[in-house]
Amino acid sequence: MTATVPPKAPTFLGLPTAPRGVGHLRGEQSFPDAARGALRDGQLRANLGHATSTIRGKRARVVAELPDWEQLREAGRALKAATMARLDDHLEELERQVTARGGVVHWARDANEANEIVTRLVLATGATEVVKVKSMATQEIALNEALEAAGLDVFETDLAELIVQLGEDKPSHILVPAIHKNRAEIREIFARTIPGVDPALTDDPRQLAMAARAHLRERFLRARVAISGANFGVAETGTLTVVESEGNGRMCLTLPETLITVMGIEKVVPTWRDLEVFLQLLPRSSTGERMNPYTSAWAGVTPGDGPQEFHLVLLDNGRTAVLADEVGREALHCIRCSACLNVCPVYERTGGHSYGSVYPGPIGAILSPQLTGVEDNASLPYASSLCGACFEVCPVAIDIPSILVHLRAEHVEAQQKPTAEAIAFRGLATAMSHPRLWHLAQRASRLGRLIARGRATLPNVLPPPLSGWTRSRDLPTPPTSTFVEQWTREHGGTQ
Amino acid sequence: MKVALFATCLVDTLNPSVAMATASLLQRLGHEVVVPPGQACCGQMHVNTGYRREAVGIVANHVRAFAGAEAVVSPSGSCVASIHHQQADVARRAGEHQLAADAEALAGRTWELSQFLVDVLGVTDVGAYYPHRVTYHPTCHSLRLLKVGDRPYQLLRAVRGLELVELPAAEQCCGFGGTFAVKNADTSTAMLTDKMANVLATHAEVCTAGDASCLMHIGGGLSRLKAGTRTVHLAEILASTEEAVTPQQSTSPAVTRPTTPTVPA
Repeated sequence: MTATVPPKAPTFLGLPTAPRGVGHLRGEQSFPDAARGALRDGQLRANLGHATSTIRGKRARVVAELPDWEQLREAGRALKAATMARLDDHLEELERQVTARGGVVHWARDANEANEIVTRLVLATGATEVVKVKSMATQEIALNEALEAAGLDVFETDLAELIVQLGEDKPSHILVPAIHKNRAEIREIFARTIPGVDPALTDDPRQLAMAARAHLRERFLRARVAISGANFGVAETGTLTVVESEGNGRMCLTLPETLITVMGIEKVVPTWRDLEVFLQLLPRSSTGERMNPYTSAWAGVTPGDGPQEFHLVLLDNGRTAVLADEVGREALHCIRCSACLNVCPVYERTGGHSYGSVYPGPIGAILSPQLTGVEDNASLPYASSLCGACFEVCPVAIDIPSILVHLRAEHVEAQQKPTAEAIAFRGLATAMSHPRLWHLAQRASRLGRLIARGRATLPNVLPPPLSGWTRSRDLPTPPTSTFVEQWTREHGGTQ
Repeated sequence: MKVALFATCLVDTLNPSVAMATASLLQRLGHEVVVPPGQACCGQMHVNTGYRREAVGIVANHVRAFAGAEAVVSPSGSCVASIHHQQADVARRAGEHQLAADAEALAGRTWELSQFLVDVLGVTDVGAYYPHRVTYHPTCHSLRLLKVGDRPYQLLRAVRGLELVELPAAEQCCGFGGTFAVKNADTSTAMLTDKMANVLATHAEVCTAGDASCLMHIGGGLSRLKAGTRTVHLAEILASTEEAVTPQQSTSPAVTRPTTPTVPA
């Protein structure tokens, strides 16, 4: 007789995060190192300062017009929270509705699967090139690179995305990927890269737009396959929507025979009616407009009208892992408006490339580390002074500062070996938890008086980490006694 | 009213004059001031750097030190915001539910100085005299977490002799951000440079604010540049009176030492 050994339960390794080696969620440098270079680029600082202050002003004006803005924000927040609570149900409903209307739904666990699905679908059409609508999801998974590796030509059609692609650059902003370039730099890129461009091209915005239009129109007309993202996917009706300014998206969504949409699973909304809230919140927060010029909505295929083949690729790539964190999951509420980037004093000075991910700025600092796992983007949660300007403008009231602080703790708590910083903070915490030890620590700080040698400030060159402060700022010499000491001396131990 | 003064770890250790001024001001307004000797820190620096577990003991010490206080006042928007928005959460997350409840109750009796003066005491003219050109920097946490609004401006406008000049781009962060100033020293300095440019453009003698930490940052930068503008805490300006002005006084705060606790008659 042998006792039956119960099968060992499989060890739960946590939900998968976005895989390494594919996509654009991880930078090559830490944020402080990347920022150091960006801060020295005067042209970049000027371009960003000008662009962000202009768009900040526009947003503030149009938001101030709505007396019920705060209620709208709260409605947006509540809708997102309720949707996330039953995300699986809403996604399955979306799949049913899209399928019922003649579309095909694909589920992609991560960037590799999504790239593989889209590449296979494009190759199956026999097309050799695709036109693209501006999309963050496809930037996130580096779809262009995957398609090019399969021998396909990929044309970005959003003006700013085209500038980035022609300049062999990287996007630096969610809404305005080329925000780091001014019009003189754009003229240079167009003159160098657009075949047959008028050599007399100037940096007049209209001339630049016309040059891009001539270049793109030809591609719209011959394209057989288009790839888009989606701002919202309505579960109830199977409707996908793209919100844009230029009309290039509308061309891509209507002219080709095949349309492939890659949508992050968090973009689903339960009902058509929910768009009422988001289509008010998004343009005002994003471009500072009351309404965006083009809103395209489609469900499946319509015989004889528009693309006759429609595929929806639902992308996870770490999103389920984000959803599992009850503090961090609010990051999935983001509607990609960029208002937080435009008000962020850090983003305004360092630019988007310093964040290393396609999602820069405050939202990127909470989204990228969660999608990849905090350790792969450990410097990003610290890339904020916690000033709170992002939370104030967020149209769905994501408490970005609190999530940043939460992710800092996740990082600290994930460390296997104690760092010098951790030892110092633990020691200080012990002192600050016991008045007697705290008073000793305060007295020890007076050793600073020895190195100050009678001066009002400490020397400019202190050892790390204090050097980070003293390189650019004076530090006062500690006084001879603390306030509590003085008070107790003069008043006795009052209580 | 009997007011317990929470100096904050930074003011207690590096800027005792700010706490002295706060005590002096509250006494002048007829309130009894007590300074619980067991006080240390609110825990904010630990929480914001990722050491929220370690912060539990700090929160417990704070709650112990101020147990029984009728009203707690502190000359810091940032520390009061941490008391209001972080302490109970930190305790709750660690499973310390009694501590969380106590911290929440204490937060309900804790005020930032300008809010205490305007909302609780109902005064905007505190009888101060400060004959200098002053600009005010609204610190991020007092502005966005505590929403002190125009209370500091109301208080400053009532100060005799004080010329208040508007700070351009006032609501932009100075770049301090606690350990951000060290971990991201270059970005922090870039933010500080722009803040200092705006402060200096006002030609104010003094830049004031409700947080000694942000002032240490702005003041540390101005001092390094050998600029003529000084940073002086709002409490020090409000504590200044005609009697306290000395022939030597330039832009340094004129604060009388509180002597014996005055109890309202």
